[in-house]
Amino acid sequence: MSFQSAGYPLLPVLPELVLAVGAMLLLMLGAYRGQGTTRLITTLAVVLLAVTGVLVLSLPAGKHVTFGGSFIVDDFARFLKVLALIGSAATLILSSEFLSDPSRRIFEFSILVLLSTLGMMVLISAGDLIMLYLGLELMSLALYVVAASNRDNAKSTEAGLKYFVLGALSSGMLLYGASLIYGFTGTVAFTGIAAAAKTGDVGVVFGIVFLLAGLCFKVSAVPFHMWTPDVYEGAPTPVTAFFASAPKVAALAVFTRVTLTAFPGIVPQWQQIVVFVSIASMALGSFAAIGQKNIKRLMAYSSIGHMGFALVGLASGTVEGAQGVLIYIAIYVAMTLGSFAIILAMKRNGQAVENISDFAGLSRTNPLLAFFFAMLLFSLAGIPPLAGFFAKWYVFVAAIKAGLFTLAVIGVLTSVVGAFYYLSIIKVMYFDEPLPKLDPMRVELRTVLAVAGLFNIFFFVYPGPLVSVATAAAKSLF
Amino acid sequence: MILPALFFYLFAGVCVASAVMVIVSRNPVHSVLFLILAFVNAAGLFVLMGAEFLAMILVVVYVGAVAVLFLFVIMMLDVDFTELREGFIEYLPIGLVIGGIFLTELLLIGGSWVINPSVSKSITAAIPANVSNTEALGLVLYTKYIHYFQIAGIVLLVAMIGAIVLTLRHKASVKRQDINVQNARTPELAMAVRKVASGQGLQDADAAEWVK
Repeated sequence: MSFQSAGYPLLPVLPELVLAVGAMLLLMLGAYRGQGTTRLITTLAVVLLAVTGVLVLSLPAGKHVTFGGSFIVDDFARFLKVLALIGSAATLILSSEFLSDPSRRIFEFSILVLLSTLGMMVLISAGDLIMLYLGLELMSLALYVVAASNRDNAKSTEAGLKYFVLGALSSGMLLYGASLIYGFTGTVAFTGIAAAAKTGDVGVVFGIVFLLAGLCFKVSAVPFHMWTPDVYEGAPTPVTAFFASAPKVAALAVFTRVTLTAFPGIVPQWQQIVVFVSIASMALGSFAAIGQKNIKRLMAYSSIGHMGFALVGLASGTVEGAQGVLIYIAIYVAMTLGSFAIILAMKRNGQAVENISDFAGLSRTNPLLAFFFAMLLFSLAGIPPLAGFFAKWYVFVAAIKAGLFTLAVIGVLTSVVGAFYYLSIIKVMYFDEPLPKLDPMRVELRTVLAVAGLFNIFFFVYPGPLVSVATAAAKSLF
Repeated sequence: MILPALFFYLFAGVCVASAVMVIVSRNPVHSVLFLILAFVNAAGLFVLMGAEFLAMILVVVYVGAVAVLFLFVIMMLDVDFTELREGFIEYLPIGLVIGGIFLTELLLIGGSWVINPSVSKSITAAIPANVSNTEALGLVLYTKYIHYFQIAGIVLLVAMIGAIVLTLRHKASVKRQDINVQNARTPELAMAVRKVASGQGLQDADAAEWVK
């Protein structure tokens, strides 16, 4: 335990160590036993994620710092790590059909998802800029590969390449910003930066702009959203479900942690950037989605809009705001995973269909599925009493308390526009002439859909636990 | 003290000039060669600053690997560079405007830049005295910064897995070497001795069996 004595206790990183070693063991298993073990490895990967989640929750309470302050485990990190793990595990469950197809039995898919999740956990716990960058790269590099994992499909390859090129560009911007911040403050640790950056020094602000530009790319916020629709449409659907859930959690987490813990002294300087990005994302997410025919592209614009709403909470820069962001992202993950379970179930005669017109008359051919999808869409639109309404409620209340009235009003208006295209899908499902019946839904998709759907419908009955955990998590940042 | 200054201007001048040549030279192979020249001169600048480890890494990694990789890509891919340059004049004005804006911004930032006096005091890992900077790096890389190093290792592992996932194809028609099978081969498996009747040669049936 020489690490212990040197101020490098390893207990806080135990979940990450278990995940890393487990992923490598599974990699060995796959490499020596061949592609026949894909199913086994996927199952074991889900188990490994569950074990990691239990370890995260069973760490001693309170704030732990290790590796000289570059790795922080607090309530904020615990909350978001568990959320990211849930997102990744649900993705693996959703992708079991994709992976069972003999033409592309790639056991590496699960390994890459595991390593990407490891990157997310590092990112969520990052206490300095180097850790942030390493976590971000570990997360993204695995994402580029899984986007192109259906390599005989031109669209999937295109998605992977586009995401890679633009992701590399955004990493470059982020690094440039990080180097400027280091140059002007003399430290990479968030606490040190917070101590040094008390005045709005133009060099630091310049660095923040580039740093936030890199992070906006990862959360797909306007004006760094260009890749999102193409990548969402091109990537295999389970991969799209993954992109829309866990990485968003991690990216939003680091966005929140960097702005609130590294730059608490210069809130007005970064607040204007976040307000602009938030308004632009909400507006584009609402208006650009109206003309979409493909459900995956629509979900891409929907996710851009939702990131805008989540950033409304961050823009307020208060405890309530951070709490709003946390509640928003938790509910967003549930809504997204439920919706993608339905999109993955959209198959006719074994052929996946992804146009909105393919939902026509679903209420008569498959009433239960149509009901769940309608509930999820109402929730995404933010209609009470579903969970999505509460998500928006908390961020808008935080914005109003912080005096950001314009932002809140624009947010409400764009969410009305957004409701239009969610409702138009419901109209197609309930009032259009029915198409032939869909293939029966697989049991794992049903499970994910049932959990996510019931959470959305019944959240209002007992919102206490999530809200109190989110409050504790938000407080740990201040 | 005039000699280091002289070398600084030599390296810096050649570096900038070759960077310009990377962009303007017509032949892409020349561009890569100028890029290598720029890297070598940048390494020279690092040596002048006393960062000999960075200088050597720059030569080994960028000149030795990255630039050669570029050269391979340019020579192997059939990219028509004249076609890429077609819109050059058309886009020149807008490019100049954006470049001008960036230059003004840089000048504004650079002009107002005052190094915070506390910065030089707060360097987290200052080079200890009487130790070369290669050794100084070695002292912290596996101790104080072990976690960064390990995560960087996992990033490289992901890159390797990714390259294999995206490029390796198992084709049934490809014959691969299997050393176990080779070692287990006996003369009985590999050879067959046949009595060949005079004037008749080997029968087709025998030949088929032998080939197997």
